[in-house]
Amino acid sequence: MVISLAGIPRNLSVLVLFLLPAIGLGLQSTLAAGEADPAASPVVSSADSIEQALLDVKSEDEAVRSKAVALLIEKGDASLVPKLDAIRAEADRAVRIAIKPVIDLLKNRANLTSGQPDTRRSAAADLVGTGRPEAITWLEEAAAKETVWWVRYTMEEAAQLIQLRSQDPAVRLEAVKKLGDHRSQNSLSLLQEFVEAGTQSGATEEQRTLAVAAETAIEQINSWGWWANAIETLFRGISLSSILLIMSLGLAIVFGLMGVINMAHGELMMIGAYATFITQQAFIGWFSPDLFDWYFPVALPVAFLSAALFGWVLEATVIRFLYGRLLETLLATWGVSLILMQAARVYFGDLTAVIAPQALRGGAQVMVGVYLPYNRIFIIILSIICVLGIYFLLFRSNLGIRVRAVTQNRNMSACLGIPTRKVDSYTFAFASGLAGIAGWALTMVGNVDPGLGQNYIVDAFMVVVTGGVGKLAGTIWASLGIGGLNKLIEPVSGAVYGKVFILVGVILFLQWRPQGLFAAKGRSADA
Amino acid sequence: METKVPQGSKAVKEAEVPTEAVGSSRREFLGQSGRVAAGVGVAALLGNLGNYALSYAAGGPPIKIGVLHSLSGTMAISEVSLRDVVLMAVEEINKAGGVMGRQIETKVVDPASNWDLFAEKAKQLLLEDKVSVVFGCWTSVSRKSVLPVFEKNNGLLFYPVQYEGEECSRNVFYTGAAVNQQAAPAVEYLMSPEGGAYKKFYLLGTDYVYPRTTNKILRAMLLAKKVPASNIEEEYTPFHHQDYQTICGKIKRFAAGGGAAVISTINGDSNVPFYKEFGNQGLRAEDAPIMAFSVAEDELRGMDTSALVGHLAAWNYYQSVDTPQNKKFVANFKAYCKRNNLPDGENRVTDDPIEAAYFGVYVWKQAVEKAGSTEVDKVRKAVYGQKFLAPGGQIMMDEANQHTHKPVLIGEILKNGQFKVIFRSKGLVKPEPWSEYTNPDKGCDWINHQGTYQKK
Repeated sequence: MVISLAGIPRNLSVLVLFLLPAIGLGLQSTLAAGEADPAASPVVSSADSIEQALLDVKSEDEAVRSKAVALLIEKGDASLVPKLDAIRAEADRAVRIAIKPVIDLLKNRANLTSGQPDTRRSAAADLVGTGRPEAITWLEEAAAKETVWWVRYTMEEAAQLIQLRSQDPAVRLEAVKKLGDHRSQNSLSLLQEFVEAGTQSGATEEQRTLAVAAETAIEQINSWGWWANAIETLFRGISLSSILLIMSLGLAIVFGLMGVINMAHGELMMIGAYATFITQQAFIGWFSPDLFDWYFPVALPVAFLSAALFGWVLEATVIRFLYGRLLETLLATWGVSLILMQAARVYFGDLTAVIAPQALRGGAQVMVGVYLPYNRIFIIILSIICVLGIYFLLFRSNLGIRVRAVTQNRNMSACLGIPTRKVDSYTFAFASGLAGIAGWALTMVGNVDPGLGQNYIVDAFMVVVTGGVGKLAGTIWASLGIGGLNKLIEPVSGAVYGKVFILVGVILFLQWRPQGLFAAKGRSADA
Repeated sequence: METKVPQGSKAVKEAEVPTEAVGSSRREFLGQSGRVAAGVGVAALLGNLGNYALSYAAGGPPIKIGVLHSLSGTMAISEVSLRDVVLMAVEEINKAGGVMGRQIETKVVDPASNWDLFAEKAKQLLLEDKVSVVFGCWTSVSRKSVLPVFEKNNGLLFYPVQYEGEECSRNVFYTGAAVNQQAAPAVEYLMSPEGGAYKKFYLLGTDYVYPRTTNKILRAMLLAKKVPASNIEEEYTPFHHQDYQTICGKIKRFAAGGGAAVISTINGDSNVPFYKEFGNQGLRAEDAPIMAFSVAEDELRGMDTSALVGHLAAWNYYQSVDTPQNKKFVANFKAYCKRNNLPDGENRVTDDPIEAAYFGVYVWKQAVEKAGSTEVDKVRKAVYGQKFLAPGGQIMMDEANQHTHKPVLIGEILKNGQFKVIFRSKGLVKPEPWSEYTNPDKGCDWINHQGTYQKK
């Protein structure tokens, strides 16, 4: 029989298929496997045998069941899935457990040729879990046709991971080497098992060669993993820094340039986030679903303008009376923030979520082991754009010159004919608008709820104070420093102590340098 | 919603005067019905009190109960629904004739998510308003804060939320799950072949008493089940933690090679950033499912569920449970919210704590009727062994340990924010306030012992 089938890989896998349960179930099912031969021969039409197998799958007898399962995997296709699901819904536990891998295999096999790269990749990853050797050929066939490198990588890796469990030592050795070349993180635990098996006293010669190969592979994988991890940590640090930066930019202007401790800054971000939410609801209500993703760019000006408008009103009604009285601005704006928070809670409740547009979901596999989420890349770019925008506005425009003039010497500016009231109110509105943009962007990583502002306000103040009041460059460097350090410490210390260390670090730093990273120099420092 | 509270308290104040007047005339009711009629007339003249007057005629003055749930502050998001469902249960009971023929009068207070205020308001309910029973609390810290008040003044609290156990107060009835009715069976399910035969567990939680204690028990259980310590990872984040990049990266490496599951006791607003980051880092429910103990329908209705689909949760009840009494309960709750112009009206959903708060009121009612009194000690003894056909199915109060026998259900999150039940325990699970894994020598029994005792 073996000779007659040799050279036809499809049938060879049938053989392996029928032998595998035989090893597990002993002599009885070896007989069953023998009886199954006619089913594999082309004499019986496959439709009939599938029908028969669908009945057998429900059998009480484990041998009959596993035979039917094997047959279904071999001959079945995705069209059987609904039928199997129906059986599964009514079957008892043992049958359900027996059927589940069949359904998984058939679904995933069909998904390997799906139009979506993500679906193809998911299918390949899921096939590893089934551990069925017949999946190897499916995976190899699919990999040969695959165009997306990351999907192809997953398919090849999946095929080799299944081969690691092969009975043939040569196949296993080959797979170990290939996985090492692939730098496959997923194979680490299995390779470790090989190493352990090979170093035990009673190890066979084959096990020992395998252990040596596995050790080399583990080394390859680990050194690659270290670099991948370093790159990911760097990215996380930059990402956290960009979030810190974008939320403290507005505060740096209000606190640093205008000398107002704006405790409502977080709530201005909240207004930006709710403006995004409202825009989204408007799109859901009034526009066709095809246009849904456009709500996000449209929400940018909405968030900026609504926060700016609110900031303008806040400046005109509360803050203009408090310039120069630092502590009173703190108390007044804190009151405003409490009112805003509870107002949001009463008006919006908890039914608020912003659905990320398709383009900002998921991420890009840059290299093996390094996966960068799109939403974070987006925020990094946005914060760079914001910094450039502020730079040009403050240092390359007429308004910027006036703003700087007013903040450096209000009376002199007024004497020179600068309308200081107007400048104050525009600056505050602009800074509030920046907070609105931060709120808009943060809906992509966090949630939209009344407590949103409170979650960020402490960090924002920490960045501005560490950077040095009055210096935008200080804010940038401080957010990079705090974000980067946080992500360096966190893997070692955990999130709770990571935060503690950062706070202690900032306190010590300010003891040493109370004026922050960048101190304002010259006459304006005394003003 | 906010205006309802002052209205309620106004009604209470109005009621106080006639309560005294009519209450004293009631003693002579049997003999001198004429004076009662006069009393009723006076009461009616005094104000809008027809209901109260009728209730005296039926069986006596109204029974006062307290509702102690945060209506403002961070916990309002979860607790307002519990206030609503308790008021709904009271309305149902009053419509059906009250308790022992007496109407129930609710006193709603707002502890504003402030733990100290919880104790203060509890004191006010017990000492000033003299309520017979209090339905309230959500977080463990709020429960711990009111516990001494209830114990000192011999009050009665029905606590409706799953919690970490290790408590056995005679003044509290716990209608939510103990750890062995939620967390432990959920992990056992994940370890079973049907649940996916997971071998590695990442215990992730917010840094406070519930996750810490739960994870302590789970770790002991996993070790007892021969899971090597290297396959268990434990990690905590501060409240309101927003940046889950590092943790998701760790989970990704932990889950490489398969067979890993995440056990999440993350609380409140950290869930959204966590699930979002989890999905955005390319992790799927198939690679490492997240089994959550603090995510229910009421929290999900506001979330973008696309990042959560396929992940799991363990509770004792879901809105999707298919029983006739549950269909009625869900419809009644939606109708109640709509009728009373509560936010979101018909779109409201029910979930596990809401159900537990609801049947708590009925269990108390049955116990009062059995005891024939609202006296705390008598009611407490009558609660033991009470059975009730709750929306999720029959439940039973334990004979001695103040907790509730409940079924355990594992659900998979669907796109619409509901759960598909994928596992249901056989029968009811007996509550164990002291876990067999961390405190095998301790038990809780108020019949044969004085609360917590040492097992021989």
